[in-house]
Amino acid sequence: MEFYLVVSTIMFFAGVYGFITRHNMIAVLMSLELILNAVNINFVVFNRFLFPGQMEGMFFSIFIIGVAAAETAVAIAIILNVFRSSKKIETDEVSKMKY
Amino acid sequence: MSVVSRKLLRAAIYLLFVLLATAGLYLMLDYHFLAAIQVSIYVGGILVLLVFSIFLTSQVGEKMPKVKTSKKIAGLAVSVAGTALCLYVLLTQNYPYAEKISKGEIDMHAIGQSLMGTEKFQYLLPFEAISVLLLACIIGGILIARNK
Repeated sequence: MEFYLVVSTIMFFAGVYGFITRHNMIAVLMSLELILNAVNINFVVFNRFLFPGQMEGMFFSIFIIGVAAAETAVAIAIILNVFRSSKKIETDEVSKMKY
Repeated sequence: MSVVSRKLLRAAIYLLFVLLATAGLYLMLDYHFLAAIQVSIYVGGILVLLVFSIFLTSQVGEKMPKVKTSKKIAGLAVSVAGTALCLYVLLTQNYPYAEKISKGEIDMHAIGQSLMGTEKFQYLLPFEAISVLLLACIIGGILIARNK
């Protein structure tokens, strides 16, 4: 079971590196998807090996996938709106507030 | 590779491979329903949406500007330190393995009845809550991204 946990830890921290380092907002969203998938693998592995008769890990993973889908959709809507008004989506160049 | 590539579309394709590989991991653990959900929602929904937005907001083929080396080293230090700490904590534990690890897929009837039931370990309330969340996200998404 430890091998699955190693895989998910490496995936999580690769997502953290991308979240900290990247400038483009869409690349930051992709790193966030990596983080959420790593957490999903962790839930499922703990369910299969430590609690084999129960299904809570799988259902939690299903709800995480659903919430991630909704959040990505709203984030992309916001990014498109920002792009329409200021033509760039780098995290260090979108710095002017409205007033 | 999807966090270091300088072309955005290639990063999206590497993410596609990662998501397919995660679905493969779920299949190895005998979670067939979850693997099907992963492929259909993540690959067939979220990744397609991401690729659309990449085409809408950037020129395909241009390289993103180089990240400063000090920022890269700081990010790498944080990630490596976090990985080392988590791996140390995870691998030095004695896990209380169950006596019999059931190797079979979960029955679809059981999944359906758990998702719609109101007993102790059943999930009707989160199901309804997530449907309200999805409704709010649909309305919010349309409102934010519409043409004035």
